[in-house]
This record gives sequence, C-alpha cells and structure tokens, in this order.
Amino acid sequence: MLSLVDVSAGYGSFRALFGVSLEVAPGETVGVIGPNGAGKTTLMRVISGLVPPLSGSMTFGGETTVGLSAHRIVERGIAHVPENRRLFPKLTVEDNLRIGAFIPAARRHFAEQLAWVYDLFPRLRERRQQPAGTLSGGEQQMCAIGRALMSRPKLLLMDEPSAGLAPLVVQQVFDLVRRIRAEGLTVLIVEQNIHEVLEVVDRAYLLEVGRIRLAGTAGELKNNDFIRQAYLGL
Amino acid sequence: MDPYLLEAAINGLLLAGVLALLALGLNLIFGVIDVVWIAYADLVMCGMYTVYWLFAQFGWPLPIAFAAAILEVAALGVLVHLLIIAPILSSAPINQLLATGGLLYFLQSFATLIFSTDFRNIGLRLPIIEIGGLYISYARLLAFAVALAGAVVLYWFLRRTYVGTAIRAIAQDREIVGLMGVDQRRIYLVTSAIGGALAGLGACLLALQYDVHPFIGNTFGPLIFMICVLGGLGNMIGGFIAAFVISQIIAIGGYYFSTELSYVLAFTLFIVLMFIRPQGILGR
Amino acid sequence: MNARGMAAIAGLVVLAALPVVTPAYFLHLLIQILLWGFIYTAWSMMGRFGLVSLGHGAFMGIGAYVPALLWNYFAVTPWLGIPFGIVLSALLGLVIGYPCFRLKVVGHYFALVTLALGQVVLLSIVAARDITGGSLGMTPRSIGHSWYALQFPDKIYFYAIALLAWLLGLAVWRWIDRGIGREALEAISDDEEAAAAIGIDVTREKLRVTIISAALTALGGALFGQYLMYLNPETVSGIAVSLQIVFAAIAGGMYAMLGPTMGSLLTISLTEGLRVWFGANFVGAANAIYGVLLVLFVIFMPRGILGWLLTARPRKRPDAAPAE
Repeated sequence: MLSLVDVSAGYGSFRALFGVSLEVAPGETVGVIGPNGAGKTTLMRVISGLVPPLSGSMTFGGETTVGLSAHRIVERGIAHVPENRRLFPKLTVEDNLRIGAFIPAARRHFAEQLAWVYDLFPRLRERRQQPAGTLSGGEQQMCAIGRALMSRPKLLLMDEPSAGLAPLVVQQVFDLVRRIRAEGLTVLIVEQNIHEVLEVVDRAYLLEVGRIRLAGTAGELKNNDFIRQAYLGL
Repeated sequence: MDPYLLEAAINGLLLAGVLALLALGLNLIFGVIDVVWIAYADLVMCGMYTVYWLFAQFGWPLPIAFAAAILEVAALGVLVHLLIIAPILSSAPINQLLATGGLLYFLQSFATLIFSTDFRNIGLRLPIIEIGGLYISYARLLAFAVALAGAVVLYWFLRRTYVGTAIRAIAQDREIVGLMGVDQRRIYLVTSAIGGALAGLGACLLALQYDVHPFIGNTFGPLIFMICVLGGLGNMIGGFIAAFVISQIIAIGGYYFSTELSYVLAFTLFIVLMFIRPQGILGR
Repeated sequence: MNARGMAAIAGLVVLAALPVVTPAYFLHLLIQILLWGFIYTAWSMMGRFGLVSLGHGAFMGIGAYVPALLWNYFAVTPWLGIPFGIVLSALLGLVIGYPCFRLKVVGHYFALVTLALGQVVLLSIVAARDITGGSLGMTPRSIGHSWYALQFPDKIYFYAIALLAWLLGLAVWRWIDRGIGREALEAISDDEEAAAAIGIDVTREKLRVTIISAALTALGGALFGQYLMYLNPETVSGIAVSLQIVFAAIAGGMYAMLGPTMGSLLTISLTEGLRVWFGANFVGAANAIYGVLLVLFVIFMPRGILGWLLTARPRKRPDAAPAE
C-alpha cells in the first residue's frame, strides 16, 4: 500500500533522512523504532506531505505522492496523528473531530464516523463540548487519534502516541492501537517505547541517524541481539 | 437623567454596532492570517463610493447596490491578499503593515484622482424617530440592527460550518491544519473575502449616515485599530466589547466637550492603556 | 584624503554654490528636497533598527505649531520657540517610548501605537481650532525679512538653513553609526533577548534613538513652517504625512546614509514632474503612484533603491568568508 524507495529529506541544509526505504502492506501494523533524533518524525512528515522529500520515490496505492501538499495526501487516504497531539486547544473536542472530517469524502459520512469514534473513545463523548486544551494527556491522545480517524483513512500514521503519558495511559494507548488494527486499518507507528511497540506490530524498522539499520518481523527484532542490548537493556 | 445625555449614550451605542462589525473583520484577518490591513478603512471607503455610484448616480435599487458593494469589497479583499499579502507572508510583520500602508496611500490618492475631494452623499434622508421623548436617527438604528445581525451570522458561520471551524483552527495552529485536509491558502483567501465582505457591509451602513470622500478612512480607521488593539488584536470578542466601550467614551465625551476633544480623550486613553496592558484587555 | 572624502567636499562645494545659478523655482524645490531629506533621515534613524513609526507626523506637527503659536500670540522669537518645540517633541518621544520599550511593545504593535499618537496630535490641533485655526490652518505673522523672526522672503537664506539642517541630519546619522549605538541597535533589532543578555541596555538605546529622531523631525517641521509661512494640520501631521515619510525613506533606502535623501529627491522630482506634465488636475496621481511603489518596494526591494544599488555592486572584502 505504502512504499518508500530511497527517500532523503531534511530541513534547509540539515539532512534528517538518508536513502530510507520501507513498505507497508494493507492490513499490516508496522513500526518504526529508534532513538531520539533518528529522524522518525521527519519520516512521518515526509509521508504525510508536510516536508517535501529531496530525493527518492513514494507511492501510496500505486500512485506517487511526491510533490503533493499535505491536504491532498489526506484526500488520498493517509491520516497523520502528529507528535505531541497538536490539538486545537480552544476548539471543543467535537470541533476537533469535526475538522478531522474536513475533506468532502469524510463530510458525507460525518455522523456515522463520529459515532464510531465515540464508540472507540467513550470518554470523548463525555467531554465533547469541552475545549480540547483542558483534557488530560491520555484523553488528548485519544482525541488526536479520533480526529485522524474522522477522515476515514486507509493508512493511519501515529507519531509517538505514548510520549509524555503515564504508564497506565500508555497501556491504554497501545490497547487502542490493537483495537484499531482489529477494525482493519493499516497502521504505521513511530515509537521510542520499543518494548511496548514490538508487542503490537507485525513488522518493524529500526531507524538510526536517518538510516534504516534493521528490519524484520516483531518476533525477529525482539530476539535480535543488537536490539536486545542497545534498546531493551537485556 | 438628562435626556440629551441619554440620547448621546444611545447614539454612541448605535454607532458602536458598525464599528464592532468592522473590528470583527479586522480581527478575523489578523487572528487567522496574522496581518493587519492598515488600509481596511479605505476598503470601506471603496464600498461607500460603490454604493454612491450605483444608487445615487445610476439609480440602481438600494438593496442591489448594497449587495454589489459587499461583493465588490469581498473581491477587493481577495485581491489584497493575493497581490500584497501572500508575497510577503513570511516577512517581518512590519513589512506587511507597510505594504498595506502603501495600499492606503494608493486608495486615497486614486479616489481623489477619480472622484475629487468633494463630499458626496447618497441623498437618502432617513427619518429621525422619536422613542419616549428621545430623538434617534432611524439610519443609525437600522445600521445597528444590521451590524448586529451580521455579527450573529458571522458567529454562526464560524461555529457551525466546516470552513468556519477550519478558520478558527488555523488561527490556533496553522501548521498542521493541512493534516486534516485543509488547504491553508484557500482558507486565507476565504478569510480575506469575509473580511472584505464585512468591510463592504460596514460601508453600506455608513453610507446611510455619512457623506463619502476619499479621506473618510482616516476618520474611523485609526479608531478601528485602536478598538482592535484595545480588545486584544485577534480577539473577536474583545474587539466587540472594546467597540462599545470606545463608542460610549466618544459619545459621552462629545456631549460634555466637543467631538474632537472626545476623540483626543479616546486616543489618549488608548495610549495609556497600551502601557498598562500592551496586549489589550482580553489579549492572549 | 581618500576619494570618498574628496567627492564629499566637491559635492558640498557644488551644493553651496548652487543657489547662485539656479532660478527661484528650482531653489524652492531644492529647499524642499533638503528639508524633507532631513526629516526622512531623522525617521530612518529609528526605522533602520526596526522601530518603525507610523506617527512621525506628531513630532513634525508639534515642531511646526509650537513656535508659530508662540510667535503669533506671545511674540516669542522662533530662536526660542523652535528649541521649545523640539524639547516638547523629544519629551513626547520619551513619554511614548519609555513604556513601550519597557513593556516590549514592539514591531507592528509599536507602529499602531505611534499611529494613534499621530492621530492624537492631529486631532488636538484641530480641536484647539480657536487658537490653531483648526483644519483651515494658520499663518505665522509675517514681518518681512528678519533674523529675529527667522523670516526671509529671499529664498537663498532658507536654502542655506535647509542645507545646514540636512548636513546636521547626516552628521547625527554618522555619529550614531560610529558610536557604540549602532552595533547595539543592530543587535537589538536582530534579537532583543540576546542583546539584553550580553548587557546592552535595550530600553536606553531605543529611547536615545527615538528622542533624537523626534527632536530632529520637530526641527524639520519648524523649518518648514518658517519657510512656507503656512501650517495646516493635514500637511504637517497626521497619517498622510507619516506614511509619506515612511514611503520616501523606504523607497530611497533607510539603511544607507544618503538613502532617505534619495527618497526625497525621487518623490519631489516625481511630484513636480507629474504636476508639470499633467497639470493640477492630476492631484492624486503622484500619491497614487507612491502607494503602488511602496507596496512594490516592500515586496521586491525592502532595502530601497540606494540599498539595492549598494549591495548589487560587488564588494571587495578580503577578510569576509566566502559565500556558502
């Protein structure tokens, strides 16, 4: 479904990604793991169109997405849950969700989509008229994910959904990922919390300093010596 | 209570309606696009001339002339954004101020060129009505009602429509609205059009009450800025309230002193308030 | 003495000798160019460091009206009246500047506050119409040729005065440039917090430049009043004048010493040219063109014509790092 071949990107004279290639097949849940500053967020932004790639190719559903601006890529079916949630703090929960359904294809199904999201996140329904800025960290994450789901995406990009959350809430977030996965969505998730994420994904890539260093199934990576030593502290 | 004072207060209230409407327009543009159109009052002037020419010179029916003026200034708003603002969106804000300052200069001079400095009136003599012993200008009452209605429509639009919600969202985080499928550039254009439309509506309402001449923008333009900055630049509710506060100061000051002195009072108050709270009363 | 110094001296000699050969009409233009150039230079002292004022009409208005009022009502000689007006203007600059800079009212907020200031002064002049004549303007009482009243029907005297004022402006510009003031102000305009962190007293530097600018602008206004022998609130204060100053300074280039003067040369030549060519019917034409040009300048040539010319020429700087 999603295919990146040899993608490089950066900001001005600063390069963040060097020749990254990865694939996500329909229905899969794929993870990108790696330390701080590895370029994971940049990778997400390149896929969702916020940052243009300097070279390489990107295709989604067989069609290239290079050069498309972010709002076009949403129309193609990719939704990005940004790092740090980035909700609109003064808008209500429901307004945040509403704006997630901005594209015409989503507007048509707004009511049913909203019902589904409230089903997934009953707490959001309780707080629907509250300004999003007043929600707790975990609730904000749910709202951010819900907002992305409102556009009826085929591929959901999640950038460090567990960042800054209490351990109990982190659990809830990953349970959520499992639920979304069970609903049939394709998910690409970027995470620093390697332990948790390897329990939830089918495959994963290790990104270090802008390059893919390792790739494999979750099982393979869990048993990989390098990962065990460097990242799992075993 | 002195009936003349009450009359002055009420007239001030009614004037506030139109000023509040214009403040809404300016605040909308600032809140979303982060630019101040120094020439905003001169766009109103353009609208007033349009009403004058279509109604008083060409004999169009008034409602049609009004509609045409509103559409015209909305279009002007879009042009201002495309030609002047968009090229320098990433420059220092002062550059944007200066560019729209140039526009102000141009509009006033161009209007002088075409229409000369004569004062022109659309020639409508709307009655003065009497309510409980007080004499209120019907034109002003009508302007107030329409302005208020306009504000309500704007509120509804921003609250309940997709585009309106997108406009509110972009003011809070313009970088990621793209992730929701919102085309930032298009929203800017829509916002500029709405800002222009509000100016056009204000023009129609002012044309009912005042003569138009090329420099009329200088009479209420600085007033509108003052109102917006006082209420917190970009804060629509703040601007709305500030409009009423300032109008009352002018109306009541004008009753006790002269009109000009009341303006001096209002402006001086503004400067003083800027020092106490530079970000405005309800500023962020 | 190097080539530039010689050129400057030669230029001065030419300027000093000019009135001998030029007819009165051109002398009139020259005086305007020099006086406006002086005012634009004064404005640019603030503008080049990011303190863009949209209310310099306030200082000009005070500078013009105070000596005129003192002369008409109290027969106070302009030799006292003008300094008094200058001090008042400087005081106003201080009173506005201090809280603004202290409370970090900068950028476009500062511009809007100065806009309000300009309006206050304009409206005050109009409101006090009993003594100032309001929108109809006022005329300083004329007593013919007099050093005491600073009135000279013969233009050549005012040419000298204007020339001196203009040179004064350039000298002050140079003084600011040379002194620690310039580096400090550039640092401030770049990044205020960083500048404050290395010990630059941000508020004091900004205030200094503001007061100087206000004082010089007031002097310019006063000289105009004495020269034209007619004051009108719209022509010496208010938003139109303020914007005119901004436009000319930007068009000529407010970062180079002679930039504002070039702006003066350009605008006055253009206005006169248009007036001669089209006649008085096209009164609004010049200003309309200025408006468009201001927009274009801001978009395409923010450093002004002179600035663009100066940077376009290849510079020989052996110690500079090669371009990346």
